[in-house]
Amino acid sequence: MMTTEEIEAKLRAAFPDAHLQVVDTTGTMDHFEALVVSSAFEGKTRVQRHQAVYAALGDAMRERIHALALTTLTPDQYGSP
Amino acid sequence: MAPKIELPIVNPTFGEDGPAGSDKPRTRAEGGDVMSEIRREVSDNPVFLYMKGTPHQPMCGFSARVVQILHHIQVPFQSCNVLDDYEKREAIKVYSEWPTIPQLYVRGEFVGGCDIVTEMFQEGELQTLLKG
Repeated sequence: MMTTEEIEAKLRAAFPDAHLQVVDTTGTMDHFEALVVSSAFEGKTRVQRHQAVYAALGDAMRERIHALALTTLTPDQYGSP
Repeated sequence: MAPKIELPIVNPTFGEDGPAGSDKPRTRAEGGDVMSEIRREVSDNPVFLYMKGTPHQPMCGFSARVVQILHHIQVPFQSCNVLDDYEKREAIKVYSEWPTIPQLYVRGEFVGGCDIVTEMFQEGELQTLLKG
């Protein structure tokens, strides 16, 4: 179990410039959706972006989070209509 | 003087590939470890899915969705049910540096999990990749 605030703090530490939206989708503190918009994703594949997010969450990803639906965008991708 | 031509030495029993494909990573049944078996699976099968359950009976909504997408685009694939193999269930996460199942591999390359596969399907990228 984990709070959205804890997840945001870990992501913020790894992606200081990020725009973040973390939602507890089931209200049970183990299924989440996260939008991460960061310039750190520029030039990275989807797999590399998600791996960077998983690395930022560390052990929490394996032990405390059951499911995390991720959207990882660069500022350009996020800003474009 | 004619140059000496060196012929490769070929063991007639095994052919050029050596004993049962000696270059190939070995499965656990062949004496390899689980990582070696994973390398073998993803290199021997053009499209390979690690999932929970089987394509006929997925045991998780995320695995079910990837199966549904592969069926929809009519691509043949092989799969491994990680619920039947605890060692592989943990090893595959280390292999790909990816914490969740399902995991889709195309021509030996890790493509992604459910979110990425879904997004690539919606954008037509998955179809392009699988035709390649």
